[in-house]
Amino acid sequence: MSNVSKQDAPGRMRSQSQSGGDLRVILEGRIDSHQIGRLWRQAEKLIRKKQPECLIVDASKMEYCDGTGAGLLLWMRNQQNARNGRFIIEGLRDEVTRLMEMLDTKQADRVKDRNHPARRVAENVGQATVGLWQDLCSQIVFVGELTSALFYVLLRPKKIRWRETLLVAEQTGANAFGIVALIGFLLGLILAYQSVYSLKDFGAEIYVADLVALGLLRELGPLITAIILAGRSGSAFAAELGTMKVNEEIDALATMGLEPVRFLAVSRVVAAVIVMPMLVLFAELFGLVGAGIVMLSRGFPLVTYITQVQQAVTITDFAGGMAKAIVFGILVAAIGCLRGLQTGPGARSVGISATRAVVSGLVLIVLADGVFAVIYNILEI
Amino acid sequence: MEPKEIIKVENLTAVYDQTVVLENVSFNVLKGQVFVIVGGSGCGKSTLLKHMIGLYKPSAGRVIIEGVDIAAAEGRDRRELLRKFGVMYQSGALFGSMSLRENLRLVLEEFTLLPGEAMDFIADTKLKMVGLEGCGDLSPSELSGGMIKRAAIARAMVLDSDILFLDEPSAGLDPITAAGLDQLILHLAQTLNTTFVIVTHELASIFAIADDVVMLDKSTGTIVARGRPAELRDSSDNRLVQRFFNRECSTEA
Repeated sequence: MSNVSKQDAPGRMRSQSQSGGDLRVILEGRIDSHQIGRLWRQAEKLIRKKQPECLIVDASKMEYCDGTGAGLLLWMRNQQNARNGRFIIEGLRDEVTRLMEMLDTKQADRVKDRNHPARRVAENVGQATVGLWQDLCSQIVFVGELTSALFYVLLRPKKIRWRETLLVAEQTGANAFGIVALIGFLLGLILAYQSVYSLKDFGAEIYVADLVALGLLRELGPLITAIILAGRSGSAFAAELGTMKVNEEIDALATMGLEPVRFLAVSRVVAAVIVMPMLVLFAELFGLVGAGIVMLSRGFPLVTYITQVQQAVTITDFAGGMAKAIVFGILVAAIGCLRGLQTGPGARSVGISATRAVVSGLVLIVLADGVFAVIYNILEI
Repeated sequence: MEPKEIIKVENLTAVYDQTVVLENVSFNVLKGQVFVIVGGSGCGKSTLLKHMIGLYKPSAGRVIIEGVDIAAAEGRDRRELLRKFGVMYQSGALFGSMSLRENLRLVLEEFTLLPGEAMDFIADTKLKMVGLEGCGDLSPSELSGGMIKRAAIARAMVLDSDILFLDEPSAGLDPITAAGLDQLILHLAQTLNTTFVIVTHELASIFAIADDVVMLDKSTGTIVARGRPAELRDSSDNRLVQRFFNRECSTEA
């Protein structure tokens, strides 16, 4: 617009009530996006208070009007139209008229949720149920695909992408060593401290060694490591595969004849199966070291502690823990990949997938642990 | 000799969330043709393409490539079918964790028994063909937008498939590179009798390469026009087609 200058006065709005319920609004100066918030509120208040039968806008003193200003004019017109009032603009320059024509939107009826709240609840419950059911179905389908892919590569080990598998193993295993060792150590230490106080009343402090060793090897070692794996790597798998999905890379794999499950999930699951037992081993080792420090501080010689641990646990306890470790590893890696492959469009869905990978991973770990408890109970291990 | 129909789309209907994107779309593509799909933004061009390459299952109708229904093909049939075409995705869809050469090798590893060195060699020749000589060791994140497009085309044609599907190949390329790409497409179509199915908006490119054009209409989800681009421009009596080919501006469309 030609007459824009820095000397333009800031926008102002004045109003005059006129006979017969008419309202005259005079706009002056620059009506632009810097001023619009204040002016719009002022206009809103005026129209609501006065409810004019006819609204006359005098724009002859308006020096400049931008898109938001024209928006205000359109909005005032729409307000009048909605109440069957009249709307007149006086002295509007041609370019602003054209601007208003360009901006004039049809007042699209916002789609209102006309359903009764109770019906909405029922609908939501229904949708959630169907969603759960579909999720369960997709998990079952995925388990099938993954199993068939695993068998496929088991028969043709050359088809495993070993380089990628080792890379994933490094990321999920070697790079997780520090956190696993730290948490294992603290877990052993805390467990020993807490139990030592209860057991000393019975003069049974030495059995802290049994408690910690059995607890770690049979239960806590695999559990805590799997939880770390879910948090570190399950989410990473989901985010990586999810981003690939968003970038059409998964589609590209599918049309290139490379089954995404075989191509992406197998290497990750295999990597998890390789590293989980090792991580669990380290968690248990460092847990026993932590407990050992507590025992030493209570005055037991190191050799007594070690002998006690050796007597307490059998190879069966250890093997039972390792079996859990492998199963947890498969579950966490598989659900991470599944959630990644299920990712919808957009960056947000990648975040959602990562979250769902961790949550589903934890749920599956706990469920599997329960199943193991029942099985070991029946087998009397 | 009558050229043979290589792709047949029969009464394809696509419905998403109760919105009909495509309705009863039928056409066929002849072998060796450069077949172009055009239409305004959001009219279902990419959706149509994704149905044709078997990523989406049609709500009704069929897509038949060399006599095989792509949505129904499974196992060995599907693998055979997938080998027959290459796809270039709109975003390139190169694998970010691999170099360009590895991106191209992947397909060769899956479908051929070539020795490793030969795969690298073939990958390099294909990169040369799209003007990316010596870029094999770069990763996709090191490339410009235009290079990504070209690398994606190289990957799509690494197996010298009979059919290449290109989703907006020249969008975002400078006019000279885009013209080079058109030359490449024409060259491949003429020398190797490759069939191209291309989604594009670029008018210059359409006039330069297209043997046959279908135009989709967003409002109805159907084909509004079909024919050679010059014919459509000069003799179509459909407003939408005239506007598109004469670059007429309208706010009502």
